[in-house]
Amino acid sequence: MSSAVGTEQHPPTEPDEAPDRNRWRETFREIASGGVTVGFLAVLLAIVVGSVLIAATDEQVRATAGYIGARPGDFFQATWDAVWGAYTALFRGSVYNTNAVSFDQGIRPLTETAKFAAPLIVAGLGVGLAFRAGMFNIGGRGQMLMAGAAAGWVGYQFDLPAVLHLSLALVAAMIAGALWAGIAGLLKARTGAHEVIVTIMLNYVAFYLVFFALSKQSLLQAPNSFNPKSLPVKDSAQLPELLGDQYNLHLGFVIALVAVAFAWWLLERSSLGFRIRAVGLNPEAARAAGINVGRVYVLVMLIAGALVGLAGANQVLGTVTSGITVDLDAGIGFDAITVALLGRSRPLGILAAGILFGAFKAGGFAMQASQDIPVDIVLVVQSLIVLFLAAPPLIRTIFRLPAKEAK
Amino acid sequence: MKLVLRDITKRFGTLVANDAISLTVEPGEIHALLGENGAGKSTLMNVLYGLYQADAGEIELDGVVQHFSGPGDAIAAGIGMVHQHFMLIPVFTVAENVMLGNESTGFAGTLDVDEARQRVQKISDQFGFHVNPDALVEDLPVGVQQRVEIIKALSRDAQVLVLDEPTAVLTPQETDELMQIMRELKESGKAIVFITHKLREVREVADKITVIRLGKVVGEADPKASNAELASLMVGRPVELTVHKDPMKPGPDTLDVERLRVIDAAGRVHVDDVSFTIRAGEILAVAGVQGNGQTELTEALLGLQDRVEGSIRLHGEELVGRSVRHILDAGVGFIPEDRQTEGLVGAFTIAENLMLNRSHGEPFVRHGTLQLERLEGFAKEKLEEYDVRAPGITTLAGQLSGGNQQKVVVARELSRDVSLLVAAQPTRGVDVGSIEFIHKQIVAGRDAGMAVLVVSTELDEVVSLADRIMVLYRGRVVGIVPADTPRDVLGLMMTGERPEGAIA
Repeated sequence: MSSAVGTEQHPPTEPDEAPDRNRWRETFREIASGGVTVGFLAVLLAIVVGSVLIAATDEQVRATAGYIGARPGDFFQATWDAVWGAYTALFRGSVYNTNAVSFDQGIRPLTETAKFAAPLIVAGLGVGLAFRAGMFNIGGRGQMLMAGAAAGWVGYQFDLPAVLHLSLALVAAMIAGALWAGIAGLLKARTGAHEVIVTIMLNYVAFYLVFFALSKQSLLQAPNSFNPKSLPVKDSAQLPELLGDQYNLHLGFVIALVAVAFAWWLLERSSLGFRIRAVGLNPEAARAAGINVGRVYVLVMLIAGALVGLAGANQVLGTVTSGITVDLDAGIGFDAITVALLGRSRPLGILAAGILFGAFKAGGFAMQASQDIPVDIVLVVQSLIVLFLAAPPLIRTIFRLPAKEAK
Repeated sequence: MKLVLRDITKRFGTLVANDAISLTVEPGEIHALLGENGAGKSTLMNVLYGLYQADAGEIELDGVVQHFSGPGDAIAAGIGMVHQHFMLIPVFTVAENVMLGNESTGFAGTLDVDEARQRVQKISDQFGFHVNPDALVEDLPVGVQQRVEIIKALSRDAQVLVLDEPTAVLTPQETDELMQIMRELKESGKAIVFITHKLREVREVADKITVIRLGKVVGEADPKASNAELASLMVGRPVELTVHKDPMKPGPDTLDVERLRVIDAAGRVHVDDVSFTIRAGEILAVAGVQGNGQTELTEALLGLQDRVEGSIRLHGEELVGRSVRHILDAGVGFIPEDRQTEGLVGAFTIAENLMLNRSHGEPFVRHGTLQLERLEGFAKEKLEEYDVRAPGITTLAGQLSGGNQQKVVVARELSRDVSLLVAAQPTRGVDVGSIEFIHKQIVAGRDAGMAVLVVSTELDEVVSLADRIMVLYRGRVVGIVPADTPRDVLGLMMTGERPEGAIA
């Protein structure tokens, strides 16, 4: 008879009982905002499981396992060597190279970590910000591609004074990223289209759009070239190196830090952030309180896209300045989701998570080079972190943490 | 079967939810367990049902001490439980739900639905439940779903039946039917534990009353005790159940609703040709059985409904077609009927909830930045003023009891510059002490010159607050009558009858 009967019949619930109609939202919120302890333990657990994999893939370990009954000492020694070697290599590759002849050389890995962390942090902020509004932005890749293409085009097309040229390229990237993400926000606000599907599809659209443009001389492709690649970015549009030629660290890291500060202010201190959080936690209550939920969805996606766009600019204008390619995002668009989850969608958490993942990237190469351990192990560890994060009850069980407070 | 609970103690960390509670329920007796939300009633019943293990004390059935390690044991021993939230699968039929967990199977594990169907039919006939075993549960009204839960318990031969806040979800008529069912079950020799915080029901149906407060038995009461006696026992201090209000001093017309129609996305009309006026300093109470357009009416007033025809004028300004924010800013306060989904953000602090609908400017926002110090001062003040029992202003709203949550909502709405207050079910699921407080606040608002629209399905509340009463039935106004209209006339009007002399 009345369509409202369904909602009206909800009995007064105890405060700790969530209405089951928003199961997905609840689950998702739990994953995105799990405790610090859970995050830390997930990393720890992933490293432990990683050790097992390192040991299992190590030649020496497997050889000694053959006669483990006769000389178990060999097996344990080999296992220890493999795991210790791998993680110390990871450390040497990401923090401080203890084998270096000088401090300048020794500290280089840390600058590499910072370099790798910068785009992860800004893109992570973009994903995390959308999370806080209750939106799952899977479109980091597409947003980075569009932004990178825009930044690259401005970077090679114009001749401008250095500061102006770089600023223009950065702004172009932010606008391109914002618009690309804004499509998903607008569709959700206007039609209720689910942003997960829209952003995933926009990833494909962006990829083939950029690919198409890169294979047309009239569009982005470099003249007299057959490769799907643009001209290199001019010096005036490049992100300047921070510590001289000796290191690869560029201004992108500083931009990331500024973005963290901005995102923190936005979420914790601004009225827009207040509305974003309200919408993310309870859109019905937000609507009843006069907050225009649809507008918040659009705004948050615009800002998120701009932040992810900075990650695209960071790549094209700083890390790989030799021209736009279709793989300029280097997987960062997806890693950003992990970073945002591990950082619990909080700016400072994302900063920490971004640096950790930057260290994994920097150290992973060193690990492969010095210990002959496939770089994939690092990816496995990263993936395991997400897996454990997604299962807080699993972590609680393993470490015997108390369950959420009983009534 | 005689149930004896002896010195049951249950602790959660440092919180003692049940402190040496003893209770005896005889067969053929309805024993009411009365207490405010959070008094420990549900915990006690969960101990009885084997969901929690008691830290001390014992459960005895017919003189035999029981050790339940889970609900399975309790069910086997003859205890049936009807939870406040039904444990039914909506897409299953009644018979399928009843057999669930207790399936009788035939050859190669095929389900014997016929047997279950007959069982349902038999129990239904015996107690006059009128439940069709083949109906899908999702198609049934709440009252009937509850009967399915009772059948489920009875089909497992329950001798002790626990009903946990069974009337919270029922309309007045369904409540009456449930009372009748409880009497019949009692006649057939079942022992019934009836958990509630509604005084009237207790007095109507209970043989014995045990009152629990803060995890302790504070007394046994006679069903002949007055409401006031029961309430003060429950709350621990004298409670005023009647709302004291002075004769109204009505001012000019504040809200003017004309020929309002609210239509949903499927084209159904929920509010049909509704017209009324509320003056400043007047409370218009909307009475009616749940689902007769009250929700849609209040939502339309707030701009939360998409298809609204007719006109809503506040001080002459047309509100139809305006945004929620515009309407709130125009001076409309709103206490939504479901505070958990619409009234509060559970994961926000009390302070944040207090500024939920004021995030666009002064006093809490300046140049797009939150004025946290100002908010803090404001929140502390309101916590005190509205007697919100919470450790502090940074306590999450979701952790508060229903009564305190509602006080936060009321504080937020009444501390704005409001000329019309729309209060939908302002005291649903709220403890007696808070009901008293909230009613006082609403009356104080009226005395300060607000126009107030109160929607309630509880006739008591309607009668005690109203200056005039509007009865809705199927989205239409049956009549707008004076507050002293007899209850039986109002009851009749709620079924759509238009009695002689009632002003249309």
